[in-house]
Amino acid sequence: MSYFRADNLSLHFGGLKAVDSVSFAVEKGEILSIIGPNGAGKSSIFNLISRIYPPTSGRIFFEDQDITQQPAYDIAKLGIARTFQNIELFENSSVLSNLLVGRHRHSTTQLWQEFLFLPSVRASEKVHRRRVEQVIEFLDLEAYRDKLISGLPYGVRKVIELARALCSEPKLILLDEPSSGLNVEETTDMSFWIRDMKTELGITVLMVEHDMSLVNRVSDRVIALNYGRVIAMGTPSEVQRHPDVVAAYLGA
Amino acid sequence: MRFLFKTDYEDDIRLFPHSGHFVSYGILLAFLVVAPFVLSSYLVSQLVFVCIYATVGVGLMILSGFTGQASLGHAAFLAIGAYTAGYLQQYDVPFLVYFLAAGLLTGTIGALVGFPALRLQGIYLVIATISFAFIVEEVLARWESVTHGNEGMRVKTLSMFGFTVPRDGPTFYFLCLGVLILAIIGTLNLLRSPTGRAFLAIRDSETAARSMGVNVSLYKVKSFAISAAITGFAGVLFAHKLSFISPEMFTLLLSIEFIIVILIGGTFSLHGAVLGAIFLVMIDPFLTYLKDDLPGIIAGVAAAFGAGSATVAKIQSNVAAVASANGLKGAIYGVIIVLFVLFEPLGLYGRWLKIKLFFQLFPLYKRATFKRQKIYVKSERNR
Repeated sequence: MSYFRADNLSLHFGGLKAVDSVSFAVEKGEILSIIGPNGAGKSSIFNLISRIYPPTSGRIFFEDQDITQQPAYDIAKLGIARTFQNIELFENSSVLSNLLVGRHRHSTTQLWQEFLFLPSVRASEKVHRRRVEQVIEFLDLEAYRDKLISGLPYGVRKVIELARALCSEPKLILLDEPSSGLNVEETTDMSFWIRDMKTELGITVLMVEHDMSLVNRVSDRVIALNYGRVIAMGTPSEVQRHPDVVAAYLGA
Repeated sequence: MRFLFKTDYEDDIRLFPHSGHFVSYGILLAFLVVAPFVLSSYLVSQLVFVCIYATVGVGLMILSGFTGQASLGHAAFLAIGAYTAGYLQQYDVPFLVYFLAAGLLTGTIGALVGFPALRLQGIYLVIATISFAFIVEEVLARWESVTHGNEGMRVKTLSMFGFTVPRDGPTFYFLCLGVLILAIIGTLNLLRSPTGRAFLAIRDSETAARSMGVNVSLYKVKSFAISAAITGFAGVLFAHKLSFISPEMFTLLLSIEFIIVILIGGTFSLHGAVLGAIFLVMIDPFLTYLKDDLPGIIAGVAAAFGAGSATVAKIQSNVAAVASANGLKGAIYGVIIVLFVLFEPLGLYGRWLKIKLFFQLFPLYKRATFKRQKIYVKSERNR
């Protein structure tokens, strides 16, 4: 049984088949990239996994558990974190409080305890804070801890979103175009971090990416999509040579 | 400029980040403690109203400022709190019991209002809360066996542990102040724990909050309940302060006053709730001034410029007619809201932050620091 599995997943908007019976599996500890031209249904697959859209048909399994009908907030509790293509940060809060929201799935304190800020709440806050600090150190965000998101440049926001996802200590992380809007140097950093996430933190990575050099550098396997269908699957070089992929990108 | 050198995670958690805060809040507290003994009874009574309005402001701030759910129904929550006190008091229920009961009841009703509100956003939520307020107003007017309908209800003088607490005495003032301080501290505690952060997350991006494991519906209902409960507590004090309650006191205009409290004070901060309450309480004396003194002053100015006595009398009566016109209060509220939204969107507290920064950076302050700018990387929200 695979670690994560999508079974004949479909998403139809009226007559438009955004995702058309897509099946794939992710093994524990691998980095799997999804590539494809614009509108191929890559982000839609992510939105299906994180339950922003309910699938038209098909099922999703994570750690041998059917998660197709789980509410969206439960997905994070199971250990699946994600980032967004167009950054979705909490704009009017500081970086620290954004990252602490990432710790939400680990919070155990009750409302009345929080009202009184009992010693137990204080203690658990410190634990959260320490974990957040580890992520800050991992992603070199020390300079931005107390800054407001609304004042930060795009590249930094992108990293903060990754940091927020890491703060939830996920088992599987979904990265939606981690390098979009980043310059060459930032993209290089990103590729190292994605590698480190796998080797140091033991996180399984599923990522949607357009930048083929980044895909080649980090992925163990690649899936190519076009018009909502899987057209090729395999190692990065295999997929890039696949005639259907070449046709999808360059035209037949 | 002050730089905070943090050496412990505790530094990010504590309520007073540096020792200067102890001095300034200490002075404020000392003033508030001495106030009833040195100020005139009129001013103390105004301070009581500031405390009550600020408590409601804190409640509304949790819902609107922090969770991002607008409400024009908070007068109804205040009414429910006030009537619970008035009703239970008839049966000689002790103060502490009906005080807590009022909060509990209002909180429960707030949660119930929260459920239908889960599907509504923005202006639709405002309309839903307005309708809720109208329903409550109507129920208060019609359910005569409990509320005495439009005749209204007398609220007896508060008595606690065998002592009577007259509504214009210092003890009542301290009671209101205590409730306000507890509400503020409770809210601050909430804001530095997971629940408060979940509220802020919902305000800024529901999609992201959900994907981080926040049960958005549950936390919206929680926010409604907490906000309503705090308003209910304020309602009990409100009833005692006025010693008489009737349905026409809890109208839409009162809800708008609460919106003014948080909007003028500055949404997104608890300082704002208090500053807004001070501002609102000061509008009434201003209106009285308009009514009593302004016609005479304008007439005097006209006379000084050589207007005939007939003209002066005419001017005076015209100005007096305008100044005591019905609905003038609502019109002034409207103008104030529009002016603040246009020119000081961060409210009085925002202005205070600007002044503070001006002195901190003294020769280097730039006006552009707080300029509203268009954000081009604004994300497309998944709704």
